[in-house]
Amino acid sequence: MSEARWGGLDREALLGLLRQMIEIRLFEDEVMKLFQRNLVRASTHLCQGQEAVPVGACSALEPGDTMTCTYRGHGAVLAMGTPLDRSMAEILGKERGVCAGRGGSMHLADLTVGAMGSFAVVGSHLPFACGTGLAAQVMGTGSVSVCFFGDGTTNIGAFHEALNLASVWKLPVVFVCENNLYGEYSPIASTTPVTELWRRAASYAMPSARVDGNDVLAVRAAVASARARAAAEEGPTMIEAMTYRHMGHSRSDPAAYRPEGELERWMQHDPIATFAAALPDHDAISEDDVEAVRHAAAEAVAGALERALSWPEPEPRHRFDHVWAAPA
Amino acid sequence: MSDAITYREAVIRALGDELEADERVVLIGEDVGAAGGVFKATEGLHARFGGVRVRDTPIAEQAIVGTVLGAAVSGLRPVGEIMFADFAGVCYDQIVNQMAKYRFQSGGQTTVPATLRMAGGGSLGFGAQHSQCVENWFLQTPGLKLCLPATPADAYTLLRAAIRDDDPVIVFEHKALYGIRGELRDDGLPIGAAEVVREGGDVTVVATQLMRHRAMEAAEQLAAEGVSCEVIDPRTIAPLDTATILTSVGHTGRLVCVQEAPAAGSWGQAVIATVAVAGFELLDAQPALIAADPIPVAYARTLEEATLPSVERIAAGIRSAIDA
Ligand SMILES: Cc1ncc(C[n+]2csc(CCOP(=O)(O)OP(=O)(O)O)c2C)c(N)n1
Ligand SMILES: [Mg+2]
Repeated sequence: MSEARWGGLDREALLGLLRQMIEIRLFEDEVMKLFQRNLVRASTHLCQGQEAVPVGACSALEPGDTMTCTYRGHGAVLAMGTPLDRSMAEILGKERGVCAGRGGSMHLADLTVGAMGSFAVVGSHLPFACGTGLAAQVMGTGSVSVCFFGDGTTNIGAFHEALNLASVWKLPVVFVCENNLYGEYSPIASTTPVTELWRRAASYAMPSARVDGNDVLAVRAAVASARARAAAEEGPTMIEAMTYRHMGHSRSDPAAYRPEGELERWMQHDPIATFAAALPDHDAISEDDVEAVRHAAAEAVAGALERALSWPEPEPRHRFDHVWAAPA
Repeated sequence: MSDAITYREAVIRALGDELEADERVVLIGEDVGAAGGVFKATEGLHARFGGVRVRDTPIAEQAIVGTVLGAAVSGLRPVGEIMFADFAGVCYDQIVNQMAKYRFQSGGQTTVPATLRMAGGGSLGFGAQHSQCVENWFLQTPGLKLCLPATPADAYTLLRAAIRDDDPVIVFEHKALYGIRGELRDDGLPIGAAEVVREGGDVTVVATQLMRHRAMEAAEQLAAEGVSCEVIDPRTIAPLDTATILTSVGHTGRLVCVQEAPAAGSWGQAVIATVAVAGFELLDAQPALIAADPIPVAYARTLEEATLPSVERIAAGIRSAIDA
């Protein structure tokens, strides 16, 4: 098979992408079960069906690069390399969670791997991403920031302010719009007449493109070239990744607004199933390799879950920690 | 009228009755239409009144509030929903600089019959950006009326009054109260009138929303210990019914305010300051404010529970006010 088909990646790297996507899928299966057991509070927003976007995009980053994402951010944060167990622990509200139980499912962050935060007020992280880009530019670090957001987010003011600023300052940011066709319960066409969202970047003279967001290698390639452009100080890019969430918006949403057959059609184009089916075409990858990856991912998630469950809750007397830089 | 309905149903009923009564009333917000709102507090209204008067907006809080304001001074009586009250931060300018000041700055050329609804409050595990009681963010802004319904009856009465009011009104709904049941009655208590919800002689306890319910539980416990609490729900914090509170303190001599938000710059502090200034001689002891700790609301249950005033913390606070 041609090098091009595999995006120049070797066997290990390809299996690594598969492994990450499967881990995210299984991780969220467990989150859902924990939710049903009342161990996850309030709400949780699964990215199941969209795993190829964060995994493909983050695989194109270099050490020192940063990432921001939304409340639908489990996949993005894990794709940056945040440990499974401490992510699960955060969602369980444990002291050893990545955010010491303060953040929860909507706010996973692990600055040690460049996962700068999961933002739950729509659009609030796009200006933040400009800030990470500004810091890289001023300090000359050469690092790039990738910023994930949804289709519905393109209607809020912060989106437009951030794209304009990033473009006029040539900030090293890659804006990745995960177009899953809905903002909450509203199909995108009901909230904007510009449904090819990549076109919106033209208002800010920013290059943009639409890719198949369920094709992990296509996402990776698009982000890799946007990253190269940003690193070359040529400015930001917007990528619209077409994808679909298998579940409702949040745990309380049965997604009754979906037209019949839509979910089934997208399930046929599941990012994990299609990639797993394609990989054995690679000269050095067998069906057994794929199976072994599935097995290893399942073990990793099961082990992480067990550890996270065993860890203690935060002590109420520590609730004043982390508010101020100096201890109270 | 005396059937028990939920707080959520009371909101729907108030909106429905006003949409029915006055064709200038419109309702806009994110997913308030066919989906019936994320808290299901607008369910059925789109089917009843159609997409011209009940409409979904894009995710665009500045546009929601600005549109409500523009429509309000152009002949409509619009209601805008800001889903989680925390998102008022996104459109703060539209609320405090534009909506609150439009009439004043025009030299009184027009009224601004605008209503905003937003769902606040914690105890549900939504974390720091989806759990706040934000009413105090607006206390510093003359020109806004601020309503805090704690019961289905008040959710109904205050929301209807807000829509009929000629000034901008914000109705803060409480997420943890949507499911509570109560009798639907419109006793005509206007915006600006407090309600004495439990009579007592030893201490005046002023509390809103979830804290009113917790204060009532605490009062019940204290009654068994021989302490008699008079519980007052101010219902609205701007305008604030200081007369009812002063009258009560006049016969109890003691004042405790209970609120879910932190203390700094809050209505609870304002009540205490007002009583200290206008009713100093009525007080037999120093007033107390039982409030959330001055920290963001954490996601973890252990931390959130310790941060917000519990029934136990309220009862203990009232006991020490009695002993003071
Ligand atoms: C400022 C603001 N308004 C409203 C919300 C409530 N809300 C949470 S997610 C969401 C939909 C976002 O849709 P989209 O950007 O397409 O992202 P998706 O959930 O599909 O990943 C809304 C309206 C919010 N969190 N913040
Ligand atoms: Mg979406």
